Amino acid sequence: MNSVRAGAVLDVAAIRRDFPILTRKVHGHPLVYLDNAATTQKPRTVIDAELGFYREICSNVHRGVHELSGRATEAFESARGRVRRFLGAADDHELIFLRGVTEGVNLVAQSWGRANVGPGDEILITAMEHHSNIVPWQMLCQEKGATIKVAPINDAGEVILEAYAAMLGPKTRMVAMVHQSNSLGTINPVKKMIEMAHAAGALALVDGAQAVAHQRVDVRDLAADFYVMSGHKIYAPSGIGALYGRAELLEAMPPWQGGGDMILSVTFERSTYNQIPFKFEAGTPNVAGAIGLGAAIAYLDQVGLATAGAHEAGLLSYATEVLSAIPDLRIIGTAREKASVISFVVDDIHPHDIGTILDGEGIALRTGHHCTQPVMDRYGVAATVRASFAMYNTREEVDALAAGLRKVIEVLG
Amino acid sequence: MTPELRELYQEVILDHGKRPRNFRTMAESTHHAEGFNPLCGDKVHLKLVVQDGIIQEAAFTGHGCAISTASASMMTEMLKGMDMTHATELAAKVRALVGGNDEEAAAVREEVGKLSVFSGVRDYPARVKCAILVWHTLLSALGNGSNKPISTE
Repeated sequence: MNSVRAGAVLDVAAIRRDFPILTRKVHGHPLVYLDNAATTQKPRTVIDAELGFYREICSNVHRGVHELSGRATEAFESARGRVRRFLGAADDHELIFLRGVTEGVNLVAQSWGRANVGPGDEILITAMEHHSNIVPWQMLCQEKGATIKVAPINDAGEVILEAYAAMLGPKTRMVAMVHQSNSLGTINPVKKMIEMAHAAGALALVDGAQAVAHQRVDVRDLAADFYVMSGHKIYAPSGIGALYGRAELLEAMPPWQGGGDMILSVTFERSTYNQIPFKFEAGTPNVAGAIGLGAAIAYLDQVGLATAGAHEAGLLSYATEVLSAIPDLRIIGTAREKASVISFVVDDIHPHDIGTILDGEGIALRTGHHCTQPVMDRYGVAATVRASFAMYNTREEVDALAAGLRKVIEVLG
Repeated sequence: MTPELRELYQEVILDHGKRPRNFRTMAESTHHAEGFNPLCGDKVHLKLVVQDGIIQEAAFTGHGCAISTASASMMTEMLKGMDMTHATELAAKVRALVGGNDEEAAAVREEVGKLSVFSGVRDYPARVKCAILVWHTLLSALGNGSNKPISTE
């Protein structure tokens, strides 16, 4: 790895050299990748780690006595340890490998939810949730005769805490909240919200999909009961993620999917389930992905999350200033605590037309509803354009975005 | 802009995108349908007046990008005076023009009149649905008068 830490200032040029894809061209222009909230690019160490598994130690885990199986199991479990340290959890067995946030929320809704939610109970979410933290709860509530309550947000895109407090009550069984909004950039005061949930007797699940790449998360400091993350949003491969759950909760929860690896013994009459986390890891897991996730966390540790976060905060304020100067451009989501995501609309120009023309300039960003249709409804728009920054982005790329937008307005405005 | 982008955003399309024709509600209609693209949130509500198998009036409301708005605008212009059978055939031709392979597109290019301006959409697979949405909606409306909303997904 070439990147080096120079005090608290990120050496962006060195970081960029670690990401092979950033040298490619798109439609004849250097790639300007501003779609990091959708997925991040992968550094060479992550690509090498995934390839290395297949080239050197490909084997199934937790089975077999041969050399490769032992090496694969060791690498897989070592990655679990890295995720545990990354999230500040107490014990490796509180971390379950799965595909990502969507699967993690579904696991909790189906396993914990089916055992603990009944008619008349309430699940409280916020108005800025991603569909992945809405639909699994809706499915549970429909099955159980429970109700979803939605804590509203203000015009800036912040949860209205007074309203949230008023909605917490004895019927609230779970609060499911996003740590950092993917469409608005808002960073929620999750520690305080979890404390309020606990005071009302509810559990709290945090969707950390966006947050973990940009800020240090400590699940014990937050007192989160469940915390879910996706690898591909923190420079790791897709198809791998992790669910943190407090050990006593996970131990009490029934298994979700049945199969190999999640059992201790099986007869045709009954099966004895394995200990956590294996109870929730039925079937052969994504071993290469988990090893890649471990490599991504090692990379982040070396760069320093705080250093990367400071660079991204600088990009956010620069981009906010530059984009605000463009006539008829309106930024959606202006929370005081905000991550490096800017959603915006331009008067009378549809986001998809903007996205197509910017793509012609080699600029990749997201246009659409970002899987947060209720957020779009809240602001009375069908879709937005979203630029989201990662540690390898530069001010020059923000300038390229602004120049591209002026071109769009010239053609379509 | 690249030549492909200029081909996509031709003047005619930009003009219809900014100033769509027949963009209004009709109090009375014989056929109507709603189309929805869940990926981008685009919506179109199409209304037709059909007498003796001939489309007398066509109008639409909704919101969408320049491509989908222009497609709806130019479609409603062309439909007036056309019989239902020809309208259905034209829908198939437009689908071949923007979403078919090279041969299929070449075969219909001369037969779609001014709608040939949409041939540039073929270079943008992500945008094919924008151009096609209103034509799917038309087929839905002609299918059984009024219909449940159709979706591109």
